[in-house]
Amino acid sequence: MTNLVQNKGTEDKLLDVHHIKKYFPIKGGILKRTVAHLKAVDDVSFSVFKGETLGIVGESGSGKSTLGRVILRLLDPTEGEIYFNGDEISKLKQRQVRSYRRDMQMVFQDPFGSLNSKMSVAELIEEPLLVQTNLSRQERKERAIKIMEKVGLRADDRLKYPHEFSGGQRQRISIARALIINPQLVICDEPVSALDVSIQAQVLNLMKDLQDEFSLTYLFIAHDLSVVKHISDRIAVMYLGRIVEIAPKRALYDNALHPYTQGLLASIPIIDTDDTKQERKKTRITGDLPSPVNPPTGCPFRTRCPLAHERCSVERPELKSPENDEHLVACHLYT
Amino acid sequence: MKSHKKSKQAQSPFRLAIRRFIKNKLALAGIIVLALITLGAIFAPLLTEHDPTYGDLLKIEKAPTDEHLLGTDGSGRDNFARLLYGARISLIVGFSAMLFTLVIGVVLGALAGYYGGKVDNLIMRLADLILAIPFLVLALTIIALLEKVTITIFVTVIAVTTWPSLTRIVRGTFLSLREQEFVLGARAIGASDLRIIFKHFIPNAIGPIIVNATLMMASMIIIESALSFIGMGIPQPTPTWGNMISEAQNIRILRNHPEAWIPPGLGILLTVLAINFIGDGLRDAFDPKSNRR
Repeated sequence: MTNLVQNKGTEDKLLDVHHIKKYFPIKGGILKRTVAHLKAVDDVSFSVFKGETLGIVGESGSGKSTLGRVILRLLDPTEGEIYFNGDEISKLKQRQVRSYRRDMQMVFQDPFGSLNSKMSVAELIEEPLLVQTNLSRQERKERAIKIMEKVGLRADDRLKYPHEFSGGQRQRISIARALIINPQLVICDEPVSALDVSIQAQVLNLMKDLQDEFSLTYLFIAHDLSVVKHISDRIAVMYLGRIVEIAPKRALYDNALHPYTQGLLASIPIIDTDDTKQERKKTRITGDLPSPVNPPTGCPFRTRCPLAHERCSVERPELKSPENDEHLVACHLYT
Repeated sequence: MKSHKKSKQAQSPFRLAIRRFIKNKLALAGIIVLALITLGAIFAPLLTEHDPTYGDLLKIEKAPTDEHLLGTDGSGRDNFARLLYGARISLIVGFSAMLFTLVIGVVLGALAGYYGGKVDNLIMRLADLILAIPFLVLALTIIALLEKVTITIFVTVIAVTTWPSLTRIVRGTFLSLREQEFVLGARAIGASDLRIIFKHFIPNAIGPIIVNATLMMASMIIIESALSFIGMGIPQPTPTWGNMISEAQNIRILRNHPEAWIPPGLGILLTVLAINFIGDGLRDAFDPKSNRR
């Protein structure tokens, strides 16, 4: 897999994100003037290749959900370009974006809040077809039943309402809803983090199977490395609105370069048998995420980094590759 | 809650609400009382042969007889006929004023809550302006400026002066819905603004809208009666309950002819009470959490 990713040319890029920034203005005072900016996403660039899964990991407040929403144009980027299949979509008007939403779909985090409770399962799953296509009622019904079976829902559940389902089943409804119009890219915004651990694996396996069957590309957002390990080909680690490390899964788990990534890996609980005992660089992350309104100068992670030195507070590290082109890290330790 | 009956019938949230509503005895009683009053109003011509506007000057302020069940008023008009036909006016005024207010309130509230920003500011400041003037003063001023008050004009005046409270409720509901993930989800599949408003917002806001509209109808009936009572409502000889009670401003009638003003008073009381019970029932049905006492 690693080789495959490396050899992919630019024409295989499904999504290409260039220097995306999303600043939320903070208004204050009587005149409601903008007094500061919350830098949710601050200069992020990456590519997603056709058929792969890029995992995006970061703690809450790192801007990963905002990034997903900006790519889908649910939020307008402050700066930067987004290319989807080679087309620039970041400057399009909302009306023009609507046609791109056939090819980009999203699965949301909250299985309870992301489904309209007043709509039946059939209505929910068929809604994308109703909005995006001119299929007849009968055709919509047939496609809905087909996709429901694919995601492991029973066709007789069509007329039920979301409140009659468990969290895992609701997430299956969300997945069916996202996949029914055959999108190319599915942005999964922490799709399993609200589920029980036993259900998490089920849903992840389902998503992996569906990816193979429909040759989907996933952008998989999660807040810990253990979940994305299962499903990702490559992983990007975000910290305070920036990508601090991006690498193929193996490289990241075996040879994490950024102190933050090392810290995240160290925080995954493992069963310590003799076989699995791994030598991990024990970097403990302490303290809280600094405010994205007023991020630290230089490297954003320096306030919590055990290895921070003078240069870190002065110069912002670029995302560069110390070893090979596919393992990038933004840290002064490697330059 | 999870006791699934294996019925074909899907448990739509709306249907569940209706089922909860029917179980509420007070609300059901309200429906029955209101239905009876409505039937009386609709079939008034079958229940009395008297013309409510025709005054027989030879029969002024007569006590009840077999011919005039509730006697006659100061102009010799049959009180029973006026009571029945008055119910028509009161219900029509209450219902159409509620409907009119509902349309203004929901449309403006939806626009304000959905689009926010300048639209919201404009609509809500207008609402604040109207709310800042006491309702009675505003309504009386408008009516006093008009030369002739018909039912249509009267309903319009009530609607134009009462929409802000409903607009605030709809706006508030929309604002809270806007933050919900399923709305983002609808946008993510490419749904249009109109579809999001009608298919996602309104069905989720329908509970508070129905409840408030119902309760509003009760207060509309009271407003009509109150304005008619002080002679600023629907003018004579059109019968309304308010008009009938205004006869009781005469101390002689108040003392000697309780049959002239107690029935319309009871009419107002029962109608408003019934509607309020229905409104409370609807609230409990749509929002079961509010029911835990």
